[in-house]
Amino acid sequence: MSAELGIAAGVVDLVRRTAGADAEAEVLVTRTDLALTRFANSFIHQNVSETGVSVHLRLHVDGRTATGSGNRVDADGLAALVERTRAAARLAPPDPAWPGLTAPTPVPSGPAADEATAFASPGERAERVRAFVDAVDGLEAAGYCRTAYRSGAFANSAGHTAAGSAAEAAMDGIARAGGADGVARLCADRLADLDGAALGAHAAAKARAAADPVELPPGHYEVVLEPAAVADLLQNLAWFGFNGKRYAERQSFAEPGTAQFDPAVTLVDDPLHAGTLPFDLEGTPRRALPLVESGTTGAVAYDRRGAAEAGTGSTGHGMPGSATFGPIPHNIRLLADPGVADADATVAAGPVSAGVTGAVGDPDTAALVAGMRRGLLVSDFWYTRVLDPKQLVVTGLTRNGVWLVEDGVPTRAVRDFRFTESYPRALGPGRVLGLGRAPVRQPGRVDGSWYEAPALRLSSWHFTGGASG
Amino acid sequence: MSEFDAATAAVQAALDAGARYADARVMHRRYESMSARNGDIEELSQDESIGLGVRALVGSGWGFHAVPDLSDAAARDAGRRAAAIATASARVPGPPIDLVPSEAAVASWASECAVDPLGVPLSDKGDLLVRATATMREHGADLAEGLYQIWDTTKWFVSSEGHRIDQHIRECGGGISATSIGDGETQRRSYPSYRGQYGTTGWELVTSLDLAAHAARIAEESRELLTAPLCPAGETDLILGGEQLALQIHESVGHAIELDRILGWEAAFAGTSWLDLARLGSLRYGSELMNVTIDPTIPGALGSFGYDDEGSPAVARDAVREGRWVGVLAGRDSAAVAGLDYGGSVRADGWARLPMVRMTNVGLEPGPHTLDEIIAATDDGVLMDINRSWSIDDKRLNFQFGCEVGWEVKNGRRGRMLRNPTYTGIGPVFWRSMDMLSSETVAWGTPNCGKGQPGQVGHTGHPAAPARFRGVRVGVRA
Repeated sequence: MSAELGIAAGVVDLVRRTAGADAEAEVLVTRTDLALTRFANSFIHQNVSETGVSVHLRLHVDGRTATGSGNRVDADGLAALVERTRAAARLAPPDPAWPGLTAPTPVPSGPAADEATAFASPGERAERVRAFVDAVDGLEAAGYCRTAYRSGAFANSAGHTAAGSAAEAAMDGIARAGGADGVARLCADRLADLDGAALGAHAAAKARAAADPVELPPGHYEVVLEPAAVADLLQNLAWFGFNGKRYAERQSFAEPGTAQFDPAVTLVDDPLHAGTLPFDLEGTPRRALPLVESGTTGAVAYDRRGAAEAGTGSTGHGMPGSATFGPIPHNIRLLADPGVADADATVAAGPVSAGVTGAVGDPDTAALVAGMRRGLLVSDFWYTRVLDPKQLVVTGLTRNGVWLVEDGVPTRAVRDFRFTESYPRALGPGRVLGLGRAPVRQPGRVDGSWYEAPALRLSSWHFTGGASG
Repeated sequence: MSEFDAATAAVQAALDAGARYADARVMHRRYESMSARNGDIEELSQDESIGLGVRALVGSGWGFHAVPDLSDAAARDAGRRAAAIATASARVPGPPIDLVPSEAAVASWASECAVDPLGVPLSDKGDLLVRATATMREHGADLAEGLYQIWDTTKWFVSSEGHRIDQHIRECGGGISATSIGDGETQRRSYPSYRGQYGTTGWELVTSLDLAAHAARIAEESRELLTAPLCPAGETDLILGGEQLALQIHESVGHAIELDRILGWEAAFAGTSWLDLARLGSLRYGSELMNVTIDPTIPGALGSFGYDDEGSPAVARDAVREGRWVGVLAGRDSAAVAGLDYGGSVRADGWARLPMVRMTNVGLEPGPHTLDEIIAATDDGVLMDINRSWSIDDKRLNFQFGCEVGWEVKNGRRGRMLRNPTYTGIGPVFWRSMDMLSSETVAWGTPNCGKGQPGQVGHTGHPAAPARFRGVRVGVRA
């Protein structure tokens, strides 16, 4: 039995002894080792690590429910957690919608955590930063290299237990060339899979290609979105669309069973693909959840409470705050569908040799750009916020490189745009002109969340303002 | 072992391992939140966390390590590990790092609090949210939500220069919102703002909001918005309510004057700033009505403290005076790099996070007008209030905000309600167009300011009052 599982089982036992046999309790214990080496102006300026532990207890007693959490795992600390959560439950209003506990259920083991990543040294992270900085070859570099390890265990008073661990590494950096930035971003299961030199060289080539941008008028443009930009689409679709609580409240665009997207779009939330614990806050096993299959919306995410209200089962998306903010898929993959996507767009090509050198750095994006008569190549999106959740109208800006593409060739770097666009509409039937074949996993803002997608060619994107207003 | 003892042991261990400077913070935080929906309690959460974070400077490299254990052995190990991380930082070295002087204070400080928010019975707090959300439902809201949050934080700070400071800061606040759902869109009205109003104060703040008294009005307004005309598109005179102006200040002034951004330290994530240090003292930021202060001494405002998280005392400073940019938010190391002589704006989100430059209370000094006078002086414009969405570029120039509600202003009178109001612009152009500013100032609290990697959530305050801006682009749509 792991130390975490011992703590979780101990808390369940403590609840049983102090609150009685009828009390229902579920406990998640998570131990974390997080480290992040951050650089700017081509030197390491922030370098941090953290060892942490958290105990999350949800208690349902006498028809009332309360949640408590803490980070003291000695006997006094755990006793205090149980006592204050019991006290809160006594004062809480009746909870007739209590969904009950997860029954004993097999939990998949999930991907093995890479020990070398879990406990990587600050020197190993610094080596990758060194390689990134060297590779930008005189440009300014900024970004981070992080490693994360989580070991978690779950127990409840229904007799269900689960345990697992996960590791993740990520690197995210920009190169800066006289006010123009290029980005390289990658999330991996192993630190060994992060090549700082390759990422730095990619970012530097993009930055140099982004120099001397021109300002173009706002309007509707055909676009090729690189994986970093596509990740933003997936994240907003997840938060506001495939969120079962928002769906129940009729605030989501999602209509399961309806062909809301282009047939080229298949989205799956796939937590076991990489780097996450194999069970959720409620002990529900995590599994792949098809959100969109060949353009047809398939499902939304639920925790136990939301699932009970909807008359279905949890999809394994219980998380802190899900009762308030809703259950949110954090591990979404956009799958290429060569059978549907434009045939020309899925043919691999070499890097573009004409036009702005370095604007297109991989064969996948090159193939999509080659098919575009006039449009924009967009590297990244920034500060996207929802204007209307129901239609998922989002405003935000481009960042880290935009290029005008004419007759399949990037001809000019372009200044950043502001856009205002409905994400489901932009991905709607007939709107997807091509998908790349090489997905790139993009790190989320917290470890354990990631979005994996290839580059994407869309028929129209509404840019509503230029850099000067 | 006391909290000060643990912090002292961590600092000493870092020095013994080669650090030329070290500081440590022990933080104990209790957090409570309750949310209600449609007349029922939705979630009650209580969290308690304690731990120690130690920061070491070896040569010109920083290292930081945090542990949830205050034992002597754990504290010393944390200090050693912070120094080892700092040593690793030297593999990719930068310019020499110095710290501007900070008097080695030995002090205690506590925020003002009349009614301990954690001492108010849960049943009373729950009744408040249940009553308000039930009223909103009765008055037509499809979705009626209420929320309060409480943070009770005690900190113990020790530095190798002799600082020894403890602080007890209590923060709380809350709010309600009503959402009505129509064909293909939703409309929301909130009181007193989207996430509520917050301060470094006791439960008396929440009591003073009188949430239940505003529940019926915002529910009815959310329904009314569903059939209100769209905010027109074009250029017009824009009057912003104080709550929206607070966020405008936060995004287009507060973040822009963060010295770490100006120096490029946030370039890859939060971004940089359009401000150039060479023009500090001379740059025209806005109109002469624009007087912005950095003031962590305002009693009860959310960004207030006695000392920041590297031991600098709370001091009020000018950021913009009569429209001219004159000050920044700084820390001891960033100030030294910039050749300035003050820090004072460094804070950490809990014991496990590195202290970094954050806003305190950044707000506008009152103007000479009232909102009624501003409306009366406007022939053709739009009044907008209560933020619904916000977006700004990585240099803090190009922004677009959406508000919950707008009103047509014609011939000096507030007219019909407008739905989906948005406005967009470029920061300094916008601020230079401000020609009327009210004296009706409120120190709005923003409890959700994100920054840093790993991510940190900051609590900031923004005194603001209604103001008028000329020739602003409004009504941007997909």
